Amino acid sequence: MMLDVNGVVFRYQSRDVIRDIGFRVSQHEVLAILGPNGVGKTTLLKCMNGILRPKAGTVLVDTEDIMRLGQPEIAKKIGYVPQRCETGRLTAFDAVLLGRKPHITWNASDHDIRLVEAALRRFDMEALSLRYIDELSGGELQKVSIARAVVQEPRVMLLDEPTSSLDLRNQMEILRLIREVVRGHPVSAVMTMHDLNLALRFADTCIFLKNGTIYAAKSRDDVTPADIEEVYGVPVSIETFHGHPVVVPSG
Amino acid sequence: MHLADGEIPKAYREYTARKISWCIAGMLLLLLLLVVSISVGACRIPVDDVVRALVGFETLPQWQVIVWNIRLPQALTAVVAGAGLAVSGAAMQSILRNPLGSPFTLGISHAAAFGAAFSVIVLGTGTMHSTGADAVVLDNPYITTIVAFLFCMIATGIILLIANIRGASPEVMVLAGVAIGSLFTAGTMFLQYFADDVQLAAVVFWTFGDVGRADWSELGLLSVVTLAAILYFTCHRWNYNAIDAGDETAKGLGVRVERVRLFGMLVASLITAITIAFLGIIGFVGLVCPHMVRRVIGDDHRFLIPGSCIAGGVLLLASDTAARLMLAPHILPVAILTAFLGAPVFIWLLLRGYRR
Repeated sequence: MMLDVNGVVFRYQSRDVIRDIGFRVSQHEVLAILGPNGVGKTTLLKCMNGILRPKAGTVLVDTEDIMRLGQPEIAKKIGYVPQRCETGRLTAFDAVLLGRKPHITWNASDHDIRLVEAALRRFDMEALSLRYIDELSGGELQKVSIARAVVQEPRVMLLDEPTSSLDLRNQMEILRLIREVVRGHPVSAVMTMHDLNLALRFADTCIFLKNGTIYAAKSRDDVTPADIEEVYGVPVSIETFHGHPVVVPSG
Repeated sequence: MHLADGEIPKAYREYTARKISWCIAGMLLLLLLLVVSISVGACRIPVDDVVRALVGFETLPQWQVIVWNIRLPQALTAVVAGAGLAVSGAAMQSILRNPLGSPFTLGISHAAAFGAAFSVIVLGTGTMHSTGADAVVLDNPYITTIVAFLFCMIATGIILLIANIRGASPEVMVLAGVAIGSLFTAGTMFLQYFADDVQLAAVVFWTFGDVGRADWSELGLLSVVTLAAILYFTCHRWNYNAIDAGDETAKGLGVRVERVRLFGMLVASLITAITIAFLGIIGFVGLVCPHMVRRVIGDDHRFLIPGSCIAGGVLLLASDTAARLMLAPHILPVAILTAFLGAPVFIWLLLRGYRR
């Protein structure tokens, strides 16, 4: 077991935003956190890497409680890809190199440079590596963010809506990359998502949040229309089309 | 996917080397300018004699005096002050996430001007006299310096307090800086309204930043503080790069964003306060030099920080040299010249866009 979240509660101004959240993620597993807007998906992600400090509960990575660690130590174990990434006149190469920051004491070593080069090559971004990131498209920028989290060599990657604001082709490409990275490395991924079809296609496990807590946690094949209706308040049916589950709202 | 089999791309190496060459070229330009600056002035000293005097060979005794007692400290003060102001500007722009960030964003220059006015008008350190050809001399410059510094620190203290209560967010800091600046400006105007004409002249004169004011001991203090600050900013170069990528990305990379903001601001304020207290207000360098460097070598703080130091030194030294030559034998305060020289260069850089 790689990631073990147990009884996490986060309170904002004496109101529980999320409460009693607990789940486990194994190595090579992709987990999707689903639920309506404002249910606390992003809050949960931020609690898992210490950006927000939960009021109660533990987050164990390889049996080590990350709440006992400082932010720099957490960064060696958990990579985080936020929804938005600011751009500037930094090359894509240097932007990815930033992912080595938790491991760099003074200057980037040859090893760091090699990792970045390999990641960019794997993400098919070699040709763009010396472009400034404010010249990149949304999809390319998202690849830079994910490559940054990959070279961080974490045990867990947290991704906050990695496909929001991407076109169809980039949505598929990014999720395929994430799944390949997770399958090929000793790492697991937790991502918040809105697109149920993509979640059912790329995640191994789906967690549904409702009213700040877990309503259901199921492997993707076991997700039922009733779960979705209960969480989103919309009646749906799940059809299989060319071998892929498709959620069709019927209301 | 195996990350271990990566290679070191040649293009990236070349790209990095190019940035380093820019810095080395800037360094050489600065050295050249230093020699020229010492050579020219009311009394012209040939360049080879300047070099001889600097490396300790025999030259005319009067040239030795001019080089070592007058021109070298003034030139070095320009370099150190320029470097300090520019590097704090570079850091402030990142910390405050604002291209208009500068050492003065937090109202420090207004606080210093108020401090000087307070010292001259209320504490009566302002009976001044004119010395023939040169300029106006304050009766008791030390008290004025100390009071100006104190008020800079009060302004910084207030901002830190606000940041502590409301969190060190860029918006709060910038807006608090505007408020503090306005407050001190109003205070200065209040004092000036009740001042007599001699005091008024002394206050206004004090605010004209002039690198000729520092002697060797003041230069020494300024250098130590500036070097320590440059070292501090250099240690945090990766953190500033991470903060540029967004607060959340930075936190995910293990950066304690609030703390880096607060301390960076404190260090930038400290060197600015000391520089202003000794030399008066020198604007423009801190705001624009980092942008000049950004236009040429980008936003990467690994190169931006040394680049800004060099650019700041070059701009202030060039301005000071020009200020001494323009109306010779009269000497203009350098603060008047920095914008005259820097603004056209900056506008040209804006028009030309940026290169990679």
